[in-house]
Amino acid sequence: MNINLTLVVQMIVFALLIWGTMKWIWPPILSAMDERSRKIAQGLAAADRGEQALTEARGKADAIVREARERAGQIIDQAQHRANDLVEEARGTASAEGARIVAAAQQQIQLDTTRAREDLRREVAGIAVGAAGKLLGREIDPRKHADLLEQLAAQV
Amino acid sequence: MAAEHSGGATEYILHHQTFLANKAAKGIVDFSVINYDTVFFSVLLAVVFFLLFYLVARKASTGVPNRVQTFIEVIVSWVDEQVRDTFSGSSRLIAPLALTIFCWIFLFNFMDLIPVDFLPLVARGVGLEHLKVVPSTDLNATFAMSLTVFILIIFYSIRMKGIGGFIGELTLHPFNSKNVLVQALLVPINFVLESVTFLARPVSLSLRLYGNLYAGEMVFLLLAALTLQGISGLAHFSGWFFLVLQAVLALGWAIFHLLVITLQAFIFMVLTIVYLAMANEHH
Repeated sequence: MNINLTLVVQMIVFALLIWGTMKWIWPPILSAMDERSRKIAQGLAAADRGEQALTEARGKADAIVREARERAGQIIDQAQHRANDLVEEARGTASAEGARIVAAAQQQIQLDTTRAREDLRREVAGIAVGAAGKLLGREIDPRKHADLLEQLAAQV
Repeated sequence: MAAEHSGGATEYILHHQTFLANKAAKGIVDFSVINYDTVFFSVLLAVVFFLLFYLVARKASTGVPNRVQTFIEVIVSWVDEQVRDTFSGSSRLIAPLALTIFCWIFLFNFMDLIPVDFLPLVARGVGLEHLKVVPSTDLNATFAMSLTVFILIIFYSIRMKGIGGFIGELTLHPFNSKNVLVQALLVPINFVLESVTFLARPVSLSLRLYGNLYAGEMVFLLLAALTLQGISGLAHFSGWFFLVLQAVLALGWAIFHLLVITLQAFIFMVLTIVYLAMANEHH
């Protein structure tokens, strides 16, 4: 056992090996590992963000659905009111129209009755005048006895 | 007979303790000698480590990683965590350094789990007499690493505190005084104490690793020496007994050694981070 030139050679080999490790081995491996850690961190952050966005979107969707439901309810209410109004209105119009028709018919009836009565009266007056002329044997001049005829007619 | 047998074991172990060197060393320090086996295996393992990590790093996907990339990333993120826990400053060097230390030492130590005679037998096949396959059982390899770390400690200390601050750290602690004269007396004492602490770091780093792996390899060698007689030993009952005993014990030791080799690589890495963190701190 002795100390010899091997010592110097070994020191040179060792120094070269350290230098090589420092230059070509350590930095790429460590940077690959760091890069991977960074990627994983990014991935996790992205997942978190995605989850948060999903929650937000879900909340937003819920709000939209709720709003739509309210709107639909309102629209249905309005439609119902409108329908009720229309029915009421139609009912009103119909009854007014009915009343008007009834009134017109009654007026017509009244008119017809009056006219018939007039006709009848006139006829009766004529008949009465005829009958009276026959009874009296002389002719009654309708123009002379107009006031009498009138009185008669009014009594019939 | 007994002496002959023990001589065989000694020779066997000594044979396994001999490096494949260009020549025999004269004395404890001889810079004309080089251990080819240590250099070969450490460079080979460095290439294994570098290619494995480089191929993954080059095609590193930021999406879902495949199995190999996951495995590499587990190691890298674990080392990164160790560095972040201890080293407060920012440095582009410390984490790659820690990764290199851990993986390289682990691979060094892992060579210890290859059966002790396997690679030396292969080497003998191609005409190489000696082969030591575990680089961390070579003091040169462990000291090379700890000295490099030591240089970095000094570099970081000076960069952070300046040369004055670095010298001050070595001479003004642990004893200090308001009196200039007393302080001047205390400086040498402090220097001796702090130098011991300071120099103990690289020495303990390398000797701890070396000692553990040397001992581990030695246990494997001793267990292998149980059946040194080879096939001829199987003629007797004791030969079979030792064969089974060696297999069971070597398996047990290998399982235990799995912990040791990982732990030693981990200790070297963590202590390196700690020392550099200390060097990088303000006082």
